[in-house]
Amino acid sequence: MLSRVAENIYWMSRYLERAASVARLLDVNLELALDLPGAPGTMWAPLVDVTGDRPLFNAAYGAPTMERVSHFLTLDMQYPNSIVSCMIKARENARIVRDHLPMELWEEINALYHFVLQAAQSQEGAPSNPGAFYRHVKGSGMLLGGIAQDAMMEGELWRFFRAGRMLERADKTSRILDVKYFILLPDVEYVGTPYDDIQWAALLRSLGGFQSYRRFYGRISPANVVHMLVLDGAFPRSIRYCLGEADHSLRGLTGSAPGGYVNAAERVLGQVNAMLAYTEIDSIFLQGLHEFIDGLQARMNDVDAAIFETFFAPFPSAPGGNGSGRRTE
Amino acid sequence: MFRFCGRNGMWMAKERMIAGELNQSHVRSPMRFSEYQVDGFFDEMFDAGMKARPAAKMLAERIEKLPVGELRLRQQSAEQALHDMGITFYVYGGEEGSERIWPFDIIPRVLDGAEWDRVERGLRQRIVAINHFVHDVYHEQKIVKDGIVPEELLRSAKGFLPACVGLEPPRGVWCHVTGSDLVRDADGTFYVLEDNLRVPSGVSYVLANRDLMKRTLPEVFNRVSVRPVADYPTQLLNMLESIAPEGVDAPTIAVLTPGRFNSAYYEHSLLAREIGAELVEGEDLVVADGALCMRTTRGLRRVDVLYRRVNDEFLDPQVFRPDSVLGVPGLMDVYRAGRLGLANAPGTGVADDKVIYAFVPDMIRYYLGEEMLLPNVPTHLCYKPEELAYTLENLESLVVKPANESGGYGILVGPKSTRAEREAFAERLKADPRNYISQPTLSLSRAPVLVEDRVEGRHVDLRPFILYGEEIYVMPGGLTRVALQPGSLVVNSSQGGGSKDTWVVDGPAEWALEAEHA
Repeated sequence: MLSRVAENIYWMSRYLERAASVARLLDVNLELALDLPGAPGTMWAPLVDVTGDRPLFNAAYGAPTMERVSHFLTLDMQYPNSIVSCMIKARENARIVRDHLPMELWEEINALYHFVLQAAQSQEGAPSNPGAFYRHVKGSGMLLGGIAQDAMMEGELWRFFRAGRMLERADKTSRILDVKYFILLPDVEYVGTPYDDIQWAALLRSLGGFQSYRRFYGRISPANVVHMLVLDGAFPRSIRYCLGEADHSLRGLTGSAPGGYVNAAERVLGQVNAMLAYTEIDSIFLQGLHEFIDGLQARMNDVDAAIFETFFAPFPSAPGGNGSGRRTE
Repeated sequence: MFRFCGRNGMWMAKERMIAGELNQSHVRSPMRFSEYQVDGFFDEMFDAGMKARPAAKMLAERIEKLPVGELRLRQQSAEQALHDMGITFYVYGGEEGSERIWPFDIIPRVLDGAEWDRVERGLRQRIVAINHFVHDVYHEQKIVKDGIVPEELLRSAKGFLPACVGLEPPRGVWCHVTGSDLVRDADGTFYVLEDNLRVPSGVSYVLANRDLMKRTLPEVFNRVSVRPVADYPTQLLNMLESIAPEGVDAPTIAVLTPGRFNSAYYEHSLLAREIGAELVEGEDLVVADGALCMRTTRGLRRVDVLYRRVNDEFLDPQVFRPDSVLGVPGLMDVYRAGRLGLANAPGTGVADDKVIYAFVPDMIRYYLGEEMLLPNVPTHLCYKPEELAYTLENLESLVVKPANESGGYGILVGPKSTRAEREAFAERLKADPRNYISQPTLSLSRAPVLVEDRVEGRHVDLRPFILYGEEIYVMPGGLTRVALQPGSLVVNSSQGGGSKDTWVVDGPAEWALEAEHA
């Protein structure tokens, strides 16, 4: 596969996952707002913090209310990580490589793009039924994953698609956890209130893991929630699961066995996966969850850079070649 | 469980609409062509007495049987399908251009099989002669030495590329993909308007139009014997494999596109997908160890055949335009060394010059010893003083075209022009007569198109596609383009043109007879 095409597929996949992640967050927060009548306005600021783009928000919107945060994260075309911006970029990447995509996948991406764009360009400037809107985006994201799984050969297309999706997901889980943790658990000894239980449950629901948590872990405890979201190798949105899947997808490209490496991407991913596999929950809390997640995010950035070096930019550009315009991030 | 509320809502609404229409059909009168007028033009569907032409009879009857409003619903569902499938083209202008949905009209244009066979023979004859010509001008130039084509014209033809002199493409075939533009005049005669030998586009829309037709009017489609177009990608693949370098059994094929903002990017992408080739841009390619290679995730991989949709002058900055970033430095060296197949071969644009076009009848006589089967539009060559004078005197009734533009740009349509436009154009003409030709304004044939719930006549042309590999393949029919504005003659999609599916219909022998006598 062409390096350029692989990169387009990787970014297409990341943007699709990002759009769906934002929809998940907003959907759960909207529901939560209904569950907690008279809830503090502060419940919307963390959503902006998850993105790491608080300064951008503050500059354009001021105080974080439900309407403002929703608009910023959903339909703001100026904000590069809003759902609509993600879909514009995902669809453009998809359009560039549509000859590689299963037709059903392209059509679903195209349909989702038009669905989101329509809301952005509507008179109201907001979805008329936000809950239904976010569930549609979320559902479409799941459908896209299903189409990919059912219709792609397990070759390079699938592997770059999968790697992008998994790395984006790991990143989002880590951010959500980091932000919520700050609010919910100022210190380790802190004992939760029923109000906190609702918030932890909402966090789990936004990652589609509440039912599984109840079944496998039972009562809400911060240590168990963190365990499930970071270290559980069976939960499909845990950081360990996602990074493991990304590693597996990329290893398929070279055929190299786990436990070693033949390129930078495998080396960096292998290191972080080994670390997660041999880490106890207690040591995370000892170190401090925030510090631990900070470290993880730095490693994930290394992974991204290593993938770029290994697969997308393996050769210097030809003389006279024009490198601009090919990365549609 | 999630639900796709938005889309489901839409479909449900549509189903209700269709159900409603069907329930009411017994009280409404069916759609009629009775109000339709041919207005003295040659109409593709009806003769002057408003009788459906034999090949189109079944279609006309079927459409008439549809309840009122049904055709419009089908048209809308076809447009929705185009939207959902993202079948688009780019219009230039603005910073990055804008993406538009491919415009499609639901009433197909029907051509009688026997008549088509005659057109096809004419196209084959033409492409063989033109191919002889291209080979000749880059070798001995016998046609110049024998005084048929003036040397001066050849030398000043923009498409004549000195770098191509002496090239030896496999089997002497240069023009692998051609998309000639045909029009019909008032009496129904087909004329060749231009040959489009460089990088003709539109074939993907023929395939898309056919798919749409099968989806949206199946009850008509399956009653008529329409020649298939679906094997075009296979034919294209066969042709491309046939030009692989010697000794390469399973060639790696790539489609070279100028990029995602090119108006035909959708087509490049579709063809790459359909023939299983890589879609590449200039920056994906590099010449290494005397071979053309693409940069892949696993290192460089050799490309054996390039179906290039980039114009000659951009192919290789070392040989042609030095500022080109769309091509590959060193590509022509690889080609000359016989280590790469290129379709089309560089240099074919010489015969796209509209002045050279006027010599096609002479080429057919010169190379094949035959008379032309499919006529040219009578053409005045402005480099000849007397024909320039004639053109200037008759600007109001002529169509004047630059010799080397495509896409309908830079054309003066005399009868539709203002005095000021004609005066400005006359100055351009006088300044550079070599680069202009003029032709009589043809009374282009029309075909019925759906306008809301009515049918109205609009002018059409036809672009058949011809592949020249080991054999010649002519796609049955081709792309029918429609000038959607009432009275307009401009069919280019970049300027508001639409399209129709084109059916070459075979029927009982008496059809052909009827058509002869009509």
